[in-house]
Amino acid sequence: MTRNRVRGRLPVVLVLPAVIGLAFLLVPLVGLLVKTPWTSLSTSLSAEVGEALRLSLICASLATVLCLFLGIPLAWLLARSGLPGRGFLRALVTVPLVLPPVVGGVALLLVLGRRGLIGEHLDAWFGISLPFTTAGVVVAEAFVAMPFLVISVEGALRAADPRYEEAAATLGASRWLTFRRVTLPSVLPGVVAGAVLCWARALGEFGATITFAGNFPGETTTMPLAVYLALETDPDAAIVLSVVLLLVSVGVLAGLRDRWISGPT
Amino acid sequence: MTLHADLRVTRGTFSLDLGLTIAPGEVVALLGPNGAGKSTALRALAGLLPLTSGHITVGESTWDGADEFLPAEKRPIGVVFQDYLLFAHMSALENVAFGLRARGTRRHEARAEAARWLGRVGLDGYAQTRPRSLSGGQAQRVALARALATGPSLLLLDEPLAALDASTRLQVRSELGRHLADFGGHTLLVTHDPLDAMVLADRLVILEDGRAVQTGPPAEVARQPRTDYVANLVGLNFYRGTASGTEVGLDGGGTLTIPRPVDGPVHVVFPPNAVSLHAERPGGSPRNVWPVTVDAIEQHAHTTRVRLDGAPNVLADITTATLADLRLRPGDALWAAVKATETHVYPA
Repeated sequence: MTRNRVRGRLPVVLVLPAVIGLAFLLVPLVGLLVKTPWTSLSTSLSAEVGEALRLSLICASLATVLCLFLGIPLAWLLARSGLPGRGFLRALVTVPLVLPPVVGGVALLLVLGRRGLIGEHLDAWFGISLPFTTAGVVVAEAFVAMPFLVISVEGALRAADPRYEEAAATLGASRWLTFRRVTLPSVLPGVVAGAVLCWARALGEFGATITFAGNFPGETTTMPLAVYLALETDPDAAIVLSVVLLLVSVGVLAGLRDRWISGPT
Repeated sequence: MTLHADLRVTRGTFSLDLGLTIAPGEVVALLGPNGAGKSTALRALAGLLPLTSGHITVGESTWDGADEFLPAEKRPIGVVFQDYLLFAHMSALENVAFGLRARGTRRHEARAEAARWLGRVGLDGYAQTRPRSLSGGQAQRVALARALATGPSLLLLDEPLAALDASTRLQVRSELGRHLADFGGHTLLVTHDPLDAMVLADRLVILEDGRAVQTGPPAEVARQPRTDYVANLVGLNFYRGTASGTEVGLDGGGTLTIPRPVDGPVHVVFPPNAVSLHAERPGGSPRNVWPVTVDAIEQHAHTTRVRLDGAPNVLADITTATLADLRLRPGDALWAAVKATETHVYPA
């Protein structure tokens, strides 16, 4: 290492905590893989696990789609509209990031629950009740995951040169056409990165889901919930569930990372 | 369908106040130093910046006025931006077709028309090329095709040659001139390069500090500059003064003898190559002779330009042989001489 020869030894003060930090992040995952009962893996992968996994994937994907539909316009509004009080709005959007998910679940119950501010009317007028349903899982996951998407897309929009939008305007494009054909394609890497983060967060979501949607196998029991429940009754099954969840999320992240996340196009 | 504009924009301490008239088919160049308000004027005409007051009308239609504002996407304009702003995720063809599509042309027709435009600017084989694979000159031509494809009534060119290297620039400039000659609408060329303006424009408007300080055909502006900035652009020694007979008392100090008697405030110009430099005071024919000291010496392509302090200050172009004879160095004391017949005098 030429650079080390020139700059001298790496300082221990930095290297030691760095190595400990790395170990701290990786050792639990290694332990999980070590303790996995690989021989009895196939027997542990019961129908229940398959059901929970399927539900998790579907709900996380639906939540991501919901976040894309609502989050991209929201990010655009924050980045481009010149709206007064944007800084305050931006801070509000990030609240679910720091809010304990259980608190988020309680808040959702208070608003969308059967006796909630809005839920009451949804129930009375349309017969729609979100809590303790699969739709409720999607709502809870979207609530927690949306800030990841909004922040990522807004960052990309703020970094994109707005003069391209002016150029589109001089060519006769309306703001909507400009957004669709010029702005959105130019921030696509940011959108994809945000969607992946959003999906990963939704897949692992526990607190808001169990609070708002409860735990009904086949309907609202997603993988994280199944892991937690299995830990009390059948620790081996919990390990298997954890490993499956780990492999799925790492697999998806790795698959997308090379193409999209590693940098702008 | 003449374009009349009275552009008034106030932003902080800067204010633009520019009257502009462009006849159909006419190319007007807006020439001025950085920060003079050229870009502000262009953005106002494009509809990217509303006027503080004033108006923009083209024929019967008002683009900007007391209580009317036509946004950029509704104006029949084409803009070539300084760095082109081609859409990176679209091919050259899609870039050119974009304006047509945005204005409602069907996909098939838009693409066919865009392909014709690419042919017209000499980029037949580049329809599917992405902007980042184009050279600077090619990108400039795509930008021009994109701006012209919609058949605009006003073409705005923002420093269209500034991003090109010197060799490409010459060729692209002459091509641009050809396209502008074919274009029947109004053209406004914004530039700080006098050569672009002289070659491409029918009329120059010199903008300084938000105000037009001189307008006229390029030849007239080049012969009779009215400010130091313009004189500097066209490379002339320029003086303001008051004439009384054949003597002009200069505002900055010193007097010059001129060939024909006039009276009143005048401008006097003469080219740097009309100035001769001498180690001893020269005698002879009626001319202006005054003592000067060398301030700076710059080497140009075929001549050496010497900046001289004196009453008045003067620029002199001398040959390398003269330079060698006089062994010039900054601080040297010399005599500058200019024949009266080399000066050009016109009323201020």
